[in-house]
Amino acid sequence: MAERHHSGNEAGRNLPPLSLHVPEPHFRPGDEADFSTFDIPAADAAPRPDETAAASDMRDMAYGLVRVLDEDGQAVGNWNPNLPPETLLRMLRAMALTRAFDERMFRAQRQGKTSFYMKCTGEEAVAVAAAMALDRDDMCFPSYRQQGLLIARDWSIVDMMNQIYSNKADRMRGRQLPIMYSVREAGFFSISGNLTTQYPQAVGWAMASAARGDTRIAATWCGEGSTAEGDFHSACTFASVYRAPVIMNVVNNQWAISSFSGFAGAEATTFAARAVGYGIAGLRIDGNDALAVYAATRWAADRARSNAGPTLIEHFTYRVEGHSTSDDPGQYRSADEGSHWPLGDPIARLKQHCIGLGIWDEERHTAMDAELATMVKDAAREAEKNGILGHGMHQPFETMFEDVFEEMPWHLREQLQQAIDEKKAAGI
Amino acid sequence: MSEVAKEVAGDVADEADSAPKQMNMIQAINSALDVMMARDPDVIVMGEDVGFFGGVFRATAGLQAKYGKNRVFDTPITECGIIGVAVGMGAYGLRPVPEIQFADYIYPALDQLVSEAARLRYRSAGEFIAPMTVRSPFGGGIFGGQTHSQSPEGIFTHVSGMKTVIPSTPYDAKGLLIAAIEDNDPTLFFEPKRIYNGPFDGHYDRPAKSWAGHADAQVPEGYYKIPLGKARTVREGGALTILCYGTMVHVVVNTIADAGVDAEIIDLRTLVPLDIEAIEASVKKTGRCLIVHEATRTGGFGAELSAQVQERCFHHLEAPIERVTGFDTPYPHSLEWAYFPGPIRIREAMTKILKD
Repeated sequence: MAERHHSGNEAGRNLPPLSLHVPEPHFRPGDEADFSTFDIPAADAAPRPDETAAASDMRDMAYGLVRVLDEDGQAVGNWNPNLPPETLLRMLRAMALTRAFDERMFRAQRQGKTSFYMKCTGEEAVAVAAAMALDRDDMCFPSYRQQGLLIARDWSIVDMMNQIYSNKADRMRGRQLPIMYSVREAGFFSISGNLTTQYPQAVGWAMASAARGDTRIAATWCGEGSTAEGDFHSACTFASVYRAPVIMNVVNNQWAISSFSGFAGAEATTFAARAVGYGIAGLRIDGNDALAVYAATRWAADRARSNAGPTLIEHFTYRVEGHSTSDDPGQYRSADEGSHWPLGDPIARLKQHCIGLGIWDEERHTAMDAELATMVKDAAREAEKNGILGHGMHQPFETMFEDVFEEMPWHLREQLQQAIDEKKAAGI
Repeated sequence: MSEVAKEVAGDVADEADSAPKQMNMIQAINSALDVMMARDPDVIVMGEDVGFFGGVFRATAGLQAKYGKNRVFDTPITECGIIGVAVGMGAYGLRPVPEIQFADYIYPALDQLVSEAARLRYRSAGEFIAPMTVRSPFGGGIFGGQTHSQSPEGIFTHVSGMKTVIPSTPYDAKGLLIAAIEDNDPTLFFEPKRIYNGPFDGHYDRPAKSWAGHADAQVPEGYYKIPLGKARTVREGGALTILCYGTMVHVVVNTIADAGVDAEIIDLRTLVPLDIEAIEASVKKTGRCLIVHEATRTGGFGAELSAQVQERCFHHLEAPIERVTGFDTPYPHSLEWAYFPGPIRIREAMTKILKD
């Protein structure tokens, strides 16, 4: 056996033994979820600093919770964006479409039509309301759970499904895991799959925009779990140093696969409070409140556009479903956390708000859900005409060697020829 | 300037502004950056200490004063951030030339280089590209110890989607750097810092030479480029082929002269894409092949070269292929010259290859 170098306490010094703290979530399978100890401030409690306020004058915002919709679905307080009815209904529809899309694609994966899917159930407001508060040409650097950005920007859901099916109409040519979209035309950067690498990239894009005297800003998203990555901290440092016009969103949905937020530091402080150390404006907001997401994003966008610097927004929300189709959350968390989540469901809350305003009702909502279900079903059929994963080769295999470099160098041409020869020899 | 280099330059240089001037490698790199920043407003330079100060090796001296802080700026000390930001700037449409102060410091940027920059074109099917050139001094011979001496090129040549370029002269450094900056693929440009100020013959105990009077230190002041993927035949010969790059080119030139061996010396200049035609033609002619690099041996780029030569030239080989490399140890500070693959190790290997 190799010699071991750890030092034991053989000397038996007369000191109390140290102990290691390993975080443990409050509830595990079989436990009844109880969030009654959660500190949820009143919806109208949060002050709204001026967009150009010094970050040092608004540190409390990182420990509070910006809300707009109260328990009765009324929009209250300083952050109420006072959106016109058509904007509210467009937001509601985009969120409902996102959920319908997720349902359909989750089912498609279970039916074996693709390898993988990730839902954003319960987090629809985080992406949809943000997209609506940004300008259409602001650049988004998303993580893998912001499909709502594309849907809110009216991107073709058939195109998204083509990517999920890796079929012959997939613009990514079947190269990327399902849902790792790239839509330059919709200001949506190629999703990596490696966590939080998009953070410094968004800051770089924003720095370039500022250096060029452009007016467009960048926004990026990561989960609370991956705020632990070095990229997150590199990005915050760069954003702070150059006052980059960027909005950095942390989607705190409480779970990173099976690791609860405590493994990213949530027992010690909030994620918005990361901003305090960097001298960045930090907002902690109710991520299940579409109007709060809209208001905070618009505040941060205005701040960035007036050269007042970046904003870090923690969206406090809950991942209602598993991490992905490969995950079974019943193995590690209480089954009723989602239904007990004290900040409710973002779609139900916005719906209640619209009904309260008299611009919406249950009948119309039911009709919309039915219409959207049909729409995604039809879209899926349309996409399936282009093929589904695993049923034949949808891209010519030669495309595997393309786009590695701008021009294919000899070694790839040689390997392509090898592949052609192999197929020929095998009689394919 | 060598004949081969002149020929290459003749194809692409703007002769009108190509008056040659004596430059060391730092000055040639600085000139390349200057030329490209003047030609292309999308080119920006960033890195630790590169701005006001002009870089710890002075490679970016004067650029901030000339082109402004929006195009030449100092960065926080986070290589991950530097490369991540460069990816974002490339997505915006700029052409960043980030500097990693020492190649030994590049590892925090590995994920952004390997998983992001190198794969962006592929994964987005060309929607986004990362047209960056990462400059980084590398290699030993300056008593830099284990953290200022490494040659990590083999880590990057193993990655798909990334080019790796290593110059060995001031003339090549400028022409290759301009080509790398114009290239739309992410490129690592490793600068052999031992020969920044003069060619090195491998004898650390002799007085250092400068580039003054060296033919390859005559560098045109204007724009010219040397295509990536083209090796340079430094010397024609019949006894054996020696494949090398960077500092080792000069060590090899001197060693074969001292030993009186009629070797053909190929300076690879670009490791990916590799000039396989030049290699194959030379080894088929000489029938013997020695590979020399300073990097550690196991899994190094020499292993790839050895495999390529064996696959293509097996029936022409008259002796086993030999590799002269750094040892598979960290770069030791006080034992630097026992580690460095210098004239003694090269002579031993040549003797082995030539004995039958």
